[in-house]
Amino acid sequence: MAKNKNQMSLQRRVHLTLRDMKRSIPLYIMIAPFMILFAIFVVYPVLTAMWYSFTDFNVLEPANFVGLSNYRKLFLDDNIFITAIKNTFIIAVIVGPGGYILSFLLAWMINELPHKLGTVLTVIFYAPSMAGTAVITVFAQIFSNDSNGYLNAALRNLGITKEAILWLSDEKYVALVVILASLWTSMGVGFLSFVAGIKGVDEAQYEAGAIDGIRNRWQELWYITLPNMKPQLLFGAVMTITSSLSVGSVGDALVGFPSPNYASHTIVNHLNDYGSIRMEMGYASAIAVLLFLLMIVCNMLIQKLLRKVGT
Amino acid sequence: MDILNKIRANYLKKKKSKLDFAPSVKKTPRSFWGNVALGLFLLLMGLAFFFPVIYMLSQSLKPMNEMFIFPPRILVSNPTFNNYRDFVNVLANTVVPVTRSLFNSLFVVVVGSIGHIVIASLCAYPLAKYKFPGSNFFNQLIVYSLMFNATVTMIPNFLTIARLGMLDTQWAIIIPGFASTLGLYLMKNFMEQIPDSLMEAAQIDGAGYVRIHFLIVMPVTKPALVTAFILVFQSFWTNTGDRFIYTEANKGFAYVVQQLASGKISGVGSSYAGISAASAIIMFAVPLIVFLIMQNNVVSTMATSGMKE
Repeated sequence: MAKNKNQMSLQRRVHLTLRDMKRSIPLYIMIAPFMILFAIFVVYPVLTAMWYSFTDFNVLEPANFVGLSNYRKLFLDDNIFITAIKNTFIIAVIVGPGGYILSFLLAWMINELPHKLGTVLTVIFYAPSMAGTAVITVFAQIFSNDSNGYLNAALRNLGITKEAILWLSDEKYVALVVILASLWTSMGVGFLSFVAGIKGVDEAQYEAGAIDGIRNRWQELWYITLPNMKPQLLFGAVMTITSSLSVGSVGDALVGFPSPNYASHTIVNHLNDYGSIRMEMGYASAIAVLLFLLMIVCNMLIQKLLRKVGT
Repeated sequence: MDILNKIRANYLKKKKSKLDFAPSVKKTPRSFWGNVALGLFLLLMGLAFFFPVIYMLSQSLKPMNEMFIFPPRILVSNPTFNNYRDFVNVLANTVVPVTRSLFNSLFVVVVGSIGHIVIASLCAYPLAKYKFPGSNFFNQLIVYSLMFNATVTMIPNFLTIARLGMLDTQWAIIIPGFASTLGLYLMKNFMEQIPDSLMEAAQIDGAGYVRIHFLIVMPVTKPALVTAFILVFQSFWTNTGDRFIYTEANKGFAYVVQQLASGKISGVGSSYAGISAASAIIMFAVPLIVFLIMQNNVVSTMATSGMKE
């Protein structure tokens, strides 16, 4: 089929495309309202920011084209950026898969419960993500540097530590605190879509599975539930990639900016530093473009992995 | 119209009848110890995830002398609603009447959320179910648009909104909110699972795409629409809009509460800590209640909507 298409003359291909387009006019009309707004408020700003990344734009003066110098500076002259990449990877490797698997497991377990109880639990798990910045104060109390802070007191009472650990100031621990706090708020949109997706799996398939010799819930999960949820798994993966590679504001609020010796400094922290403190928008845009490329690559890898589910 | 309704009713009835005979559904057996382990795990995780909320709640019920005890106690010895009373009192005496900012927020949330669901779902359906020139490109564009950091798009966005003359009006929050891709992408993913046969049947009866959308696609994907609604509701509700709206009378409730919680209206020093705790709970409670109502709705419609290919 693909071969035939290649052999088709250009003229014929244009003709066919035009015919398809004509047939799809009602569809174009349906997507038009959203797509026009999308172009104005999403695509255009993104393209502009991409252009900024090749300039020295500083918000006040008109932008001058500087070629690849922002990118060159990032990789050759900016040690903190290299630290940020390293930290982002460490945090994302734990928060990403951890949050993804945990939100799937919780959604799946909730589905085993009676409906009412399940709804309550869904809300409970989603609550920290919904409470927004208000939960940060709670984390600050839990991980308090004070020897009577929740975690320090608990560790002392259990006899694990003798002296208080400076969770929020010691460069050995700040990344860990950021990871834990991020996991705590990782039951977000992906989790909600898992909950809705699992409930939507057709009961008849479970019946058929039971007859076909599926013996326990793990087999049921692997052979029936997961393959039926591919769109949601994909959605959750995209959400996880974007959120785990954009961890940053949690660290800002908990351990301060910049973090002790840049121990939890992430790419997004670096971006915000240049984008909203120093106002070097050109440089910040270059960071944004690199982060964007990184996410695209991750997304491609994960899509490949997800294709293997249920086989 | 009648035939369309019949198709949908038949489809829903088929799913429902399955539910009515639920006890006869033969399910894979659950082992007892598996259930115990599952329950324990959920209990532990539930406690961990509920802790921040319990903490916020207990903090808001504390009188001043208990609020600053360190480490903070979860149990309040003299619970009081004074913080909430203070919150209401301060709000009652703001320069711009609080009813005005509440109305502003209500307008933004209602128009924004409903508008977003209608516009984005209309776009999600063709992208999910039909191949047409450009559909693949649009699909990719939407996924990738979720991955670009917002800090650097802020300035171009601000300029666009200024050029469109929407500065200092609620439209500066609402219209860009319509174009949020998160909700669209979520709905599109669920719509991909609607069986083709369902729509073909309607098409044979001469229904156009738009009618199929409103009469079949939307009811059938209710769980996704509800989830998208919750997301978009929350983002409108918490949007202070302070970047775009400058006139006090045009600002929303989230902005007033933010000012209040940071002590800019209610005074300096520690005196606003109680109000701040109460306001955190109130801002959180509104989306929570909407969530509970909607989620309950999902549960009751779930059985009638989950058919897959």
